[in-house]
Amino acid sequence: MFVMFAKRHIISIRDFSKEEIDYILSRSEELEVYARAQPLRGSEKKSDLLEGKILANLFYEPSTRTRFCFETAMKRLGGEVINLSSTEASSVAKGENLADTIRIVSGYCDVIALRHPQEGASRMAASFSSVPVINAGDGAGQHPTQTLLDLYTIKREGLLDDLRIALIGDLKYGRTVHSLAYALSLYGATLFFVSPEALRMPDEIKLDLKEAGAEVFESVDIKEVIKEVNVLYVTRIQKERFPDPAEYSKVAGTYRIDTELIKENEDVIIMHPLPKVDEIDAAVDGTKNAKYFLQAFYGVPVRMAVLSILLGK
Amino acid sequence: MRKKMKKELKIVPIKNGTVIDHITAGQALNVLKILGINARTDAVLSVVMNVRSKKMGRKDIVKVEDRELKPEEVDKIALIAPNATINIIRDSEVIGKHSVYLPKSIEGIISCANPNCISNAEKEPVISKFITVSENPPRFRCVYCERIMEDVSGSL
Repeated sequence: MFVMFAKRHIISIRDFSKEEIDYILSRSEELEVYARAQPLRGSEKKSDLLEGKILANLFYEPSTRTRFCFETAMKRLGGEVINLSSTEASSVAKGENLADTIRIVSGYCDVIALRHPQEGASRMAASFSSVPVINAGDGAGQHPTQTLLDLYTIKREGLLDDLRIALIGDLKYGRTVHSLAYALSLYGATLFFVSPEALRMPDEIKLDLKEAGAEVFESVDIKEVIKEVNVLYVTRIQKERFPDPAEYSKVAGTYRIDTELIKENEDVIIMHPLPKVDEIDAAVDGTKNAKYFLQAFYGVPVRMAVLSILLGK
Repeated sequence: MRKKMKKELKIVPIKNGTVIDHITAGQALNVLKILGINARTDAVLSVVMNVRSKKMGRKDIVKVEDRELKPEEVDKIALIAPNATINIIRDSEVIGKHSVYLPKSIEGIISCANPNCISNAEKEPVISKFITVSENPPRFRCVYCERIMEDVSGSL
């Protein structure tokens, strides 16, 4: 498949056409063989695709998994990684702005993965960088590689073409669901939004999705939609969104996924961007429906694909 | 006597300059802000607010004497007053009359309503930028944080 992949940076899923996303997903599939832990004796699945290339992980906010995942992806393809993980011990603590840090660091590496607490930080960083920038999460904004790995998981389960998905939990503030819903609208998915009244999908996003041609339904009850869907995408409902702790417990309990619920639809798969707290019963982890740990693993081939495409390999 | 007083209060027609009519009531001061006209101006200026209008119920009017505003200057007014009309006056004659059109993108005039947007970070060298996503009602998407803004009159 030949696709003009003209994007120099990965900032927001909105920047991508369906064809470009498909290209990233098929590249992920090609590279997945290198993503798995190497067998003890085997050396045949090693890759030196990104040998001699350096990824700078600039994480201004704590994130273990995303940072590890980028590092693993880079190293599995034979590349090197430099890390900024503690902002206290760096020039950031001396008051240097992000623009200057990017101008300097882009001289030291071939690609930057940036996690920053302010929305739009990566878009700005890209304009000051001499190397590609990957947005690894900007505040409550975008986290495009998460969206891509969500899509990859759905694709690997064979469901991307006839997708009926329920997005469950905090749909108001949850950044992953906003970008995912947008990307799924490109695939003509049927979307079911399931959330408490107070955490409903914002109107502006629903309007956006409808303009993009998605079919959208809303509900406050999972039981209403469980039989209608083939994927449950569960997100965490954060305690701090509720002024009253009693109200939180009541609401959180209503959106809990357990084995009883799965009995209503035995083929449904369950996804979660993780970390999960108690929105999924631990008994679900061992079922064939639970795909969230696999989903976290798929971050490796997807980030491998993104790194190799941006580095022209 | 009373009647005469009333008549004197009406704004006199200008000889040369620009009349911005049909401004959304209450937005005249924001129009001046967008045009970069502030207290230090030496332009002869008339601002009329909340006058009756057949078309709009109430409206504001701004008259700037001896200055012919260019379309690229006045189009930004559409951000807050989409129905505004611009009249260019020369020797007491209206020589040009046109509406305002929302620019496709807006740089630097409004600031993002999201306090956590990088475009609001004081120490970063960044200028706000918005893409117009719809004209009526006016909606704008921040290029940085991607939030949609609808009423921008408070963000000038």
